[in-house]
Amino acid sequence: MSTTTATTPAGSTSSASKVDPMIRLQDLSKVFAGQARPAVDHLDMDIPAGEIIVLVGPSGCGKTTTMRLINRLIEPTSGRIILEGEDVTRVDPDKLRRRIGYVIQQVGLFPHQTISDNIATVPRMLGWDEKRIRARTDELLAMVGLDPATYRGRYPKHLSGGQRQRAGVARALSADPPVMLMDEPFGAIDPITRDRLQNEFLRLQETIRKTIIFVTHDIDEAIKMGDRIAILGEGSKIAQYDTPERILTAPADDFVADFIGSGASLKRLNLTRVRDIELSDWPIARVDSARDEVLALLRASDKGAVLLLDEGRRPARWVSGRELQRDDQPLTEIGLPPEALVQPNATLADALNEMLKSRYGCATVVDAAGVYQGNVDFATVSAAIQEMRRDARDRSRTEADEAHAARTAQS
Amino acid sequence: MVLPSPPVVPADANDDPVATVHAIATQSFVAGGTDIFRGRGRSALDLLGLPIGLAIICALLFAWVGSQELDSIEQRLLATDKLVLAFSRHLVLAFVSTVLVILIAVPIGILLTRPGARAITPPVIALANMGQAIPSIGVLVLLALVWSFGFWPSIIALVAYSALPVLRNTMVGLQQVDAFVIEAGRGMGMTKRSVLRKIELPLAVPVILAGIRTALVINVGTATLATFVNAGGLGDIINGGLVTNRQTVTIVGSVVTASLALFIDHLGGVAESRLSPKGI
Repeated sequence: MSTTTATTPAGSTSSASKVDPMIRLQDLSKVFAGQARPAVDHLDMDIPAGEIIVLVGPSGCGKTTTMRLINRLIEPTSGRIILEGEDVTRVDPDKLRRRIGYVIQQVGLFPHQTISDNIATVPRMLGWDEKRIRARTDELLAMVGLDPATYRGRYPKHLSGGQRQRAGVARALSADPPVMLMDEPFGAIDPITRDRLQNEFLRLQETIRKTIIFVTHDIDEAIKMGDRIAILGEGSKIAQYDTPERILTAPADDFVADFIGSGASLKRLNLTRVRDIELSDWPIARVDSARDEVLALLRASDKGAVLLLDEGRRPARWVSGRELQRDDQPLTEIGLPPEALVQPNATLADALNEMLKSRYGCATVVDAAGVYQGNVDFATVSAAIQEMRRDARDRSRTEADEAHAARTAQS
Repeated sequence: MVLPSPPVVPADANDDPVATVHAIATQSFVAGGTDIFRGRGRSALDLLGLPIGLAIICALLFAWVGSQELDSIEQRLLATDKLVLAFSRHLVLAFVSTVLVILIAVPIGILLTRPGARAITPPVIALANMGQAIPSIGVLVLLALVWSFGFWPSIIALVAYSALPVLRNTMVGLQQVDAFVIEAGRGMGMTKRSVLRKIELPLAVPVILAGIRTALVINVGTATLATFVNAGGLGDIINGGLVTNRQTVTIVGSVVTASLALFIDHLGGVAESRLSPKGI
């Protein structure tokens, strides 16, 4: 299958395609009783270790069925599933599932068990001792951003939708499975919380490096979350299996192009993270600097305001020239408090969104501890977009050249 | 008749206890019991109010009986040992039949909710419906005619009559468990059996308990009929008063039966809220 020979995503080595995949689906089919058409039709797919693979497609295309074939909640009609080099098509499905984390949109926490008992489900089945289970539960709660002391003894009904899904993710990670299946995990959560959970999950994935099969119907979520995206058509036929960037810049066919929809270049803003671009230079000063010094800095730059940092280099105050000229108040009390703060793993779309809301048209990048990293403004974003366009153009030109060279070589 | 008589439970055997008890049974049927018992933070008044009220009623009753001039028939019928025997026999009838109902109807309810049992569900439900539709007095008399008089025919009649609420509540209780909770359990590698044991049954407990409580109350009420097949119980006192035309005796029998039924229902409510898992 030509479309499965994907290029590796930017930043990762090309070894992924050479080493054995974490999961290999071989000629996998599922025909449900009473249905003429197969839900999954002879699917071949390699899933490399440590990446988020997003299965995306229109509803009814069989993406959830495909995912559930992997942990055999649905038994395949034919074909093989190979996990870590081992054929698991015939092994005990219950034991298989204990090696695979499972997160669903509805979360499905056990309502009569506390959060920590929920998380302890798989470790208890695996026979861990209680001390180890308790330590692991607390570790996971902290990892997903739920304070263990507060939440370990609570029941699911006391948690908000977002908190429940955090607990759901913790439960899926409990026995440290190499593979996680996630079926629209953030689909039932309000947009603001969803955005935050997506970002936090991506940050978590940077440390846990699980192989994740992530199902969604939302192409924007696919682009944001996926290291690779498999766009599926009817019968789970792979229309394109590639990095988000390649899918946006070089859709394989009209089906993929239609599915991405309009505004592909705007969507690409979701691909680039703030840490990947060059931040722009805004005047900064310590909050205890002399007023004249700050004013001089501002005059020397072409920007409209100076960002004051506190002793920990955290943004403290935005001050403009007019505000600096009035010297009746200390620097810490004039101007605006810091606004539009984004973290380095925020996408350009996030940053742009913050920027539009801010007074000076500028989003401030801070690290997890709140320490100032730089600023993003319209000029930065615009430069990044132009660079992306140039890259895409270069690439398609190279491809055209290669194709042309191949044709001439043949003739 | 100056005594306050509790309204919901049959005052005597001629008042068609079957219809009355059935009315109570259907009220709390499947709906999950009386709501005042659902809250966890129940006050002492909720917990003790009814038992104290019933104790006062019974004390007044016995004070009133003690102040009466009793003739020899009344003295014989209301003799302490006879009352104690009827009372304990009544309890045994009600409890044994309810335990049997639990042992029969809960497992069948579980089986019927498993996939693959779809074909046998309608006939079993029809059978349980029939058991409840046929009046117990008819079953009792028929069993007495074709088999024998006494304890076991009464138990069978009670079981047939009260199996439906437990069966239905077991099924409803299991069916209302969120399918995604089960899917999550299966998806984590829990076996079908452990999903049933650790998830489905605990989550169905409140509804199953409500069914058991209903069955228990039905059995306490219907056990008054056991007197007609010579199986004893408080029906002996009520019926004894009726056939000898001694109103005092009938009143004692009826009020004691009514108080017992209310008290058992109250205990059932307490058990329901105590045994229901936390978090739901």
